[in-house]
Amino acid sequence: MSPAALFAAIYVPNFTLQAIGRCEPELRTRPLAIIDGPPPTYQVVALNRLADILGVARGMTKAAVTQFAHVTIRTRCRVREEAAHAALLDVAWSITPRVEDAAPHTLLIDISGLTTLFGDAEAIACEIASRACTFGMDVHVAISANVETARIVARALPGPTIVPEGQERRFLETLPVSMLSPGQELSEVFNRWGVATCKALASLPVFALSECVGQEGIHLQAIASGKGARPLLLAEPVQHFEEWFELDEAVDDLEALSFLLGRLLDQLSARLSARALSIAAVQVNFQLQPSFDNAFDTSRELLRVKPTARTFSCSLELPVPTRDSKLLLKLLRLRLQSSPPDAPIQKIHMAAQSSLARVTQGSLFVPTAPDPDKLELTIARIMAVVGEGNVGSPHLFDSHRPDAFHIQKFSVTATDRNASRGITKRLTKNNLQNRNPHSKKDVPTIALHVFRPPVPARVRLQGNKPVFASFQGCSGKVVQASGPWRSSGQWWEEQPWQEDAWDLEIIFSGESPARHGLYRFCYDGIQEKWFVRGVYD
Amino acid sequence: MLATSNALRLHVESALAGRVVSPFRFQEPQPITASAGIAAVDQLAGGLPRGCLTEVFGGISSGITSLLHTALAARTANAEVCALVDAQDSFDPGCAQFAGVSLQQLLWVRCRNVDQALRSVDLLLHGGGFSLVAVDLSGAPARLIRQIPLSFWFRLRRTVENTSTILLVLSRESNTKTCASLVLRMEREVARWSLQDRQYPSRDFHTPASLLDGWTTTAEMIRCKARRKNIAVIGRAKTFANQDAELARFDLRSNHFLSVDSSGSAWPLPSPQDQSQNERTQNFG
Repeated sequence: MSPAALFAAIYVPNFTLQAIGRCEPELRTRPLAIIDGPPPTYQVVALNRLADILGVARGMTKAAVTQFAHVTIRTRCRVREEAAHAALLDVAWSITPRVEDAAPHTLLIDISGLTTLFGDAEAIACEIASRACTFGMDVHVAISANVETARIVARALPGPTIVPEGQERRFLETLPVSMLSPGQELSEVFNRWGVATCKALASLPVFALSECVGQEGIHLQAIASGKGARPLLLAEPVQHFEEWFELDEAVDDLEALSFLLGRLLDQLSARLSARALSIAAVQVNFQLQPSFDNAFDTSRELLRVKPTARTFSCSLELPVPTRDSKLLLKLLRLRLQSSPPDAPIQKIHMAAQSSLARVTQGSLFVPTAPDPDKLELTIARIMAVVGEGNVGSPHLFDSHRPDAFHIQKFSVTATDRNASRGITKRLTKNNLQNRNPHSKKDVPTIALHVFRPPVPARVRLQGNKPVFASFQGCSGKVVQASGPWRSSGQWWEEQPWQEDAWDLEIIFSGESPARHGLYRFCYDGIQEKWFVRGVYD
Repeated sequence: MLATSNALRLHVESALAGRVVSPFRFQEPQPITASAGIAAVDQLAGGLPRGCLTEVFGGISSGITSLLHTALAARTANAEVCALVDAQDSFDPGCAQFAGVSLQQLLWVRCRNVDQALRSVDLLLHGGGFSLVAVDLSGAPARLIRQIPLSFWFRLRRTVENTSTILLVLSRESNTKTCASLVLRMEREVARWSLQDRQYPSRDFHTPASLLDGWTTTAEMIRCKARRKNIAVIGRAKTFANQDAELARFDLRSNHFLSVDSSGSAWPLPSPQDQSQNERTQNFG
């Protein structure tokens, strides 16, 4: 071990309680008791200081705790503890990538060489505690050149503690042996010997200790002496971020749900910010309250259970990564407004796909474009008005079928990529125009104003040529006709198509002055009917 | 006091004479314009004004959709982002791509009624950042368009003011009244049909009796904020001299003409790369 090695231990006291308090910050200022166990025999496993003052104690039954009117009772939530542990890991990874995941409530990190970045050891400890506080957790931080000493001191002493090199034994000597986490058998041996503190254990003769309790006793004695050096078992940084929220009572109101979603998004955003990442996509899974009305089919077979969907998913894919939790909340709200879940929600699971933060640099020569974040929100709002699938960028299929296109997601990033190409194209076009100023390409082309769906029409033929047409209550004489332009496709599939297209100029009768119109008619060979595809305009 | 101020005013005017015309009269800055994609229209109106509302109206087959496509093509060719609010879902992306519109840079909002279109355009303009926001109301029933209150158009005009967005409204009748900075009326002249002998590359293709070549469209400038002298009233008779100054004629050509020019062949044959391998296109007599 190099002499410059320095380790920090992060310990979360009362981890079960803090995991609950992280998701519900308002509970921190109230007397709170956490209960756990099989349903009939719930017992208090954790409580805060306010509950302790009121007289609540560990091991009390739920019925006993309910006697205290002001004490809030929560059931222990494993998923919240997992989320809190993941958040704690993000705090550590925001400081250094060299992190050991020692326990759900304890992390060991290598802070060697970070003094140039954060300052001295005390500044590093304060920085760690500050970052953990932003994640809603109060932590103990201890810094030492010995990793085991740091772990034990962090567990024993509150606040940032700096153990100077060479004084590890002095810090440990007053601590009880139980802080070293000996095995049950070894713990009984130490009790029989009357070894209660680390100082007593450190002062035992090594060879005699080895003969009596073996290598484990020697290892614990080295730790108690502040000499137990070992390398860190590094944890691999994860790239997926998840948050859970389990509700005691199901929620069916969007306003209340938005409040919870906003809290989860804030937590995710803070975790990703700590890792210098952004959110590229969000997946929200709701566990719905079971509905017996829907679960059983009473009309046909009483006891036959239908496979009802108990979960509801909602996903957001962003064109550019963002950390703006308010923007994400607005998008989620709009999505849920357009397609709400069909039952009250009991549990929320939110997963974020991380991505590197967007780095853009403006250019003087690129035209302004909508802000991607704002554009996403605008599109979501318009989508709530016109419906999903009706907003986007058209993309043509490689097909001769009329109206063969689909709507794809509109994003400005694709435009940015083509910006330079567009300028080049413009310059090239200008050059071409300069070369041939009277090119017919400069002449605008006629456009088709499409009728969707095509309008049914009646057409009178004379020698296979339309001479009279009527549709939508209008009728008129065909004065010019061009066609038929026959096209067909997908005749090998279940839905073939075939149509003869005609360009018709019609003079509508009964109107003064006479109204002309240039239409695109088509004869559907499958349905054997005439339609108006659109009007040239 | 009044005499002093008048004297001071005369003094300033005389001092600035020849350099500043009417220094005490507020002059609105001329809006920056962008090309509409049609040279004749650009010459007539100076292009489409940015930060203003432009209305283009005309009857069936008058060419307003063609003008929309050329305007979109001109903006997207300049790497600008455009939006089209389609009140009756009548936009043809195939025609637009042929006209030169870069579809990747176009946000298409397909509405089912006028109410959806108005709400969408409001959201788009408040979102900002678009170079051109076009509202195609030409397919909507005229009765519903007439029911749009004038205050709505004023609000849209106020929203785009001091931005670089062109707000283009297309309809069959004029509705925006004084809210529009530029009003163009389009009218179609006689359509051109050709009956030509062509050399056909393959006998599999049908010989058409005639082809729609296009038509000539007349664009009349009804209102132009930048050129106040040319303000006219719809339906009022005008002298021929004035009419010529406010009219622009341009040709709209059918797609097959461009194919003849670009490929050199006499028939708009799809290239082997473009043609779908799984489909066939034939013309039978």
